[in-house]
Amino acid sequence: MDISADFNWWQIEPAMLWTDVLIYILVAAIGIFVVYARRHEHLRAPWRQVLYRRLAMSALIILMAFVVIGLLDSIHFKVPLEQREDGSVLYSTEVYSLFDRIVLPLKNHTEKTYSEPFAYQLYAKENIEQADGSMRRDFPRLKYGSAHLDAPEIQRGVDIQARSLVALGEAVLLGLLITTLLAGWQTRRNNERFTITLQGMLMGRTRLPWRSMLATVFFILLFLLFAMELGTHYHIFGTDKVGQDVLYLSLKSIRTGLVIGTLTTLVMLPFAVLLGIMAGYFRGWVDDVIQYLYTTLSSIPSVLLIAAAILVMQVYIENNPQQFATVLQRADARLLFLCLILGITSWTSLCRLLRGEALKLREADYIQASQAFGVRSAKIITRHLLPNVMHIVLIVIVLDFSGLVLAEAVLAYVGVGVDPSMNSWGNMINSARLEMAREPIVWWSLLAAFVFMFILVLAANLFADAVRDAFDPRLRSS
Amino acid sequence: MFAYIVRRVLYAVPILIGVNLLTFVLFFVVNTPDNMARVNLGVKHVTPAAIEKWKVEHGYDKPLLYNSLEQGSAALTNTIFYEKSVRLFVFDFGAADDGRDIGHDIAQRMWPSLAIALPMFIVGLLVNITLSMLLAFFRGSYIDMSGVVLGVIFMSVSTLFYIIGGQYLMGKLWHLVPISGYSNEWPAAIKFLILPVIIGVIGGIGSGTRWYRTIFLEEISKDYVRTARAKGLSELRVLFRHVLKNAMVPILTGVVVVIPMLFMGSLLTESFFGIPGLGSYTIDAILAQDFSIVKAMVFLGSVLYIIGLILTDISYTLVDPRIRLN
Repeated sequence: MDISADFNWWQIEPAMLWTDVLIYILVAAIGIFVVYARRHEHLRAPWRQVLYRRLAMSALIILMAFVVIGLLDSIHFKVPLEQREDGSVLYSTEVYSLFDRIVLPLKNHTEKTYSEPFAYQLYAKENIEQADGSMRRDFPRLKYGSAHLDAPEIQRGVDIQARSLVALGEAVLLGLLITTLLAGWQTRRNNERFTITLQGMLMGRTRLPWRSMLATVFFILLFLLFAMELGTHYHIFGTDKVGQDVLYLSLKSIRTGLVIGTLTTLVMLPFAVLLGIMAGYFRGWVDDVIQYLYTTLSSIPSVLLIAAAILVMQVYIENNPQQFATVLQRADARLLFLCLILGITSWTSLCRLLRGEALKLREADYIQASQAFGVRSAKIITRHLLPNVMHIVLIVIVLDFSGLVLAEAVLAYVGVGVDPSMNSWGNMINSARLEMAREPIVWWSLLAAFVFMFILVLAANLFADAVRDAFDPRLRSS
Repeated sequence: MFAYIVRRVLYAVPILIGVNLLTFVLFFVVNTPDNMARVNLGVKHVTPAAIEKWKVEHGYDKPLLYNSLEQGSAALTNTIFYEKSVRLFVFDFGAADDGRDIGHDIAQRMWPSLAIALPMFIVGLLVNITLSMLLAFFRGSYIDMSGVVLGVIFMSVSTLFYIIGGQYLMGKLWHLVPISGYSNEWPAAIKFLILPVIIGVIGGIGSGTRWYRTIFLEEISKDYVRTARAKGLSELRVLFRHVLKNAMVPILTGVVVVIPMLFMGSLLTESFFGIPGLGSYTIDAILAQDFSIVKAMVFLGSVLYIIGLILTDISYTLVDPRIRLN
């Protein structure tokens, strides 16, 4: 069912998913942390070190672009279909996201089946009825891809070039505008001459790596405008088996990747931190119990534990269909559960690290002094231990992120990843395996999934490196 | 030393009991045997009689933990938990849902798994250590920097792409090796093993090289290295004679971390390449929802992991005389 472009915005019905709620909480938490970190010099200093690294900032901007798409895709609502006589409104059963609305042409332009990137014909021959009633076997024209061209075989190349040039021109103009605005803002802030500021920024002489950041923004703009100019008239990455635009599928998968990468740690973080610190601080039987817990968990091969847990969840969903009204809710419940179980398998290493650190810290003078003064253990843990192990938590979170995004793809292949109805790179790769065996092969879904996943994971890895370098005291001293 | 090993083995018992209880609870806390039967039978064939029959056939007709109908110890032994879990401790894996003997299957499928995991592991280790020594030798130079950047790039590619890409290039396009398959005959098996081993090694280069490079760099900054250089030893000699030897403890720690991963890696590789090992066995069991096999594999995986941990501790004493086990 197509979502129509014109509906009354004030009539939409919000449809929040469980993961949406958690994402909002996460964003709020990050916001609070940023405000908190700005006020505390010991936190600002390492972050400043991250901000001054060129590669890290470029990676951060790319990550932000992904995050924006993921957030837009996390605002879900139901669309009003018609107004009934009695004034009530009939809503669509399908849930849409704000992102769906923005990229509406991509979502709605579905072909019959596979088509190559920038193609004007389907990838498979069909019987086509001629004007005189006779049948001919040929590749049919696409419904949307290159539909605006009369003679695509001649016009297509020129059209693509022209549209690319327009996109390039727009990107350059927008880039120049942003640069000017930025330089103007910096000029006022630093009380310099405009030309000097601009020169410094473009020559890469500023402390904040403005030049690298602007270059990254420019490339993102270029891709965006390119997709806008060409994506509405062609299928840039082709279409999949049921004719969906692969670019749309890849973009929709961003949310899944981000959710797996972030919520997993968020879900288990409180347990890991609390148990790890408690084990190290209290020692004795508490330590024994917690150590037993994480040794047991970590001695189970993680894939097996995840697989077993997902199987269980699957059976539960099948036996309790009344709790999951829509397909999306089902898929969302499974996604959340996947995050939970991934978290359970990955919290043990952090817990072990924190236990070691707490064991060391509890011998420190200031904690011994607090104990001598009779300060309660709960207060010592929250006031002294927690802030002093936060750097380890932060390092582990950023380092784990890319691993989790990659794990999603592997799990999808094993058959225990996210729901098959959910867009994810893992599911795209999984279906691509059969497409590779086709003759001639269908390579574009695989390539698209590869490109998007690679960019996200690479950016995350580069950023994580910078964060680790800045926050790891061992690396900082040397 | 002997007393230490005995104690470590005894420590393993409560952990394995925990593993068993955990998998058991995981399976039965939200699902009853009735639910399992329903899923296994499929939607069409669900009748109370069919469910009952399935449960009797597969040994799920007993109470979960305590059988109130039996007397004495039989009250505990004539239960699903005892039948399906406790017997694992004597490595009696029981029968799969299709009636095959799991222990026999494991004994047979172990060899293809080892044939692929061992060369992958050893070659990978050698390649990673050599490359990271090279980077450590050229530390701070452009070679080192580009090596690190390349490592990050290699790390950012999913294993799935290495497998799919490798199969496509070497198998389909260049026809160098068969795309998938396995043979039990020895020299013939090699041509099936080359591709998975190469792909496994390449897939691990990024993170491996990076990890060992950090270890070597940390070791190089120590005083004894400076002393060795001051004595006039060549840089290569310092690296290979002194640094490598002293880096063995952290390297061994890393190696053990890899052992459970090896299990997971082979899970993917085996099913992609159609190798009849334990990994593909597990995947098939997961897809067929065969609880008995999954449980046996979880148990086996934990046993391997714990053995790996004990072996590391023992190997520590072999490479570093300062470490004594007691």
